[in-house]
Amino acid sequence: MNISFTINGQPAQVDVPEDTPMLWVIRDVLNLQGTKFGCGKAACGACTIHVDGDAVRSCAFSAKFADGKDITTIEGLSSDGKLHPVQQAWVDEVVPQCGYCQPGFIMATAAMLDKIPNPTDEDIDDNIVNVCRCATYYRMRKAIHKAAEISNENI
Amino acid sequence: MTKNKFPLLFALLIGIVLVASAYSLETATRDEAMSEEVSEAFDKMMLVIAHKRCVNCHPSGDRPRQGEDSHIHLFNVQRGKEGHGKFGLKCKTCHQQENNLKAGVPGAPHWHLAPRSMAWEGLSRVEIARSMINPENNGDRSLKEIEKHLTEDELVLWAFNPGVDQEGNPREKPPVSEEDFIAAVKTWMDAGAPIPEE
Repeated sequence: MNISFTINGQPAQVDVPEDTPMLWVIRDVLNLQGTKFGCGKAACGACTIHVDGDAVRSCAFSAKFADGKDITTIEGLSSDGKLHPVQQAWVDEVVPQCGYCQPGFIMATAAMLDKIPNPTDEDIDDNIVNVCRCATYYRMRKAIHKAAEISNENI
Repeated sequence: MTKNKFPLLFALLIGIVLVASAYSLETATRDEAMSEEVSEAFDKMMLVIAHKRCVNCHPSGDRPRQGEDSHIHLFNVQRGKEGHGKFGLKCKTCHQQENNLKAGVPGAPHWHLAPRSMAWEGLSRVEIARSMINPENNGDRSLKEIEKHLTEDELVLWAFNPGVDQEGNPREKPPVSEEDFIAAVKTWMDAGAPIPEE
């Protein structure tokens, strides 16, 4: 099936079986390997991308549903050579340990901050449910609050 | 001459009584049959509506249920303002327009939770039926609109095609076929949606 969409601001067209997980289109066809495979069951969130601005688990998102959509991966989150506030906060708070799950967390956080610019701890608990085996949750919570501060300073 | 009329009138009277009795008997039998048919339709319909495939997304609280044991949905999934999840964790973060057989994630158009007023969890089938036809609970829908919702809505009918779980095992379907469910709903609605006392 021919599928056309925008990815990180660029038009893309792929010819893949319609039920191919978007994760594999992104990683193997488009060679954007920042998006990670974790559980393959939409549970851990390592594969989180944005589809029309919403956080989506790309392992459970069939390619056919990407047709005509605007997709953003971790590679397209920053713009103009400047880190996205969430990425900057992640650096500032030295969040990653092994780092494998972090792109998914960063994408989920960016999607949340877009809708909730000043999240409370409760908002974070309710919206960011990805899994980190290194248990960097404490640092991530600090970084999410920091990202909100950076975003608000940039306005 | 007068004496001869008596048996004739008597026979006429007997005839009238017999015809009336037969008519009355037939009517009673037909009513009884109709009532039984509607009662069976109600039973059949409620086997589906009270099934976990439906009730899991008609929770009494703000968190959906999932699975054959109707456990609270993992990952702290919440109702959100419109029943579509929280801003950063919407239903569509994981659930798409159709079942994903590779990931074992169920899906159907407009996947979301029923509003709080349509909570069925913990109710008996009679209580569910009363709630379902009560405009105060059902979003001010008429019986015709409820019938349409039950028989045509793709999210409702997903119950008959629930896909596979994360281990690839088929999810349990309601114990009534889609065709029989739709017929039962129509029979019940055509009868004015009577609810038995239980």
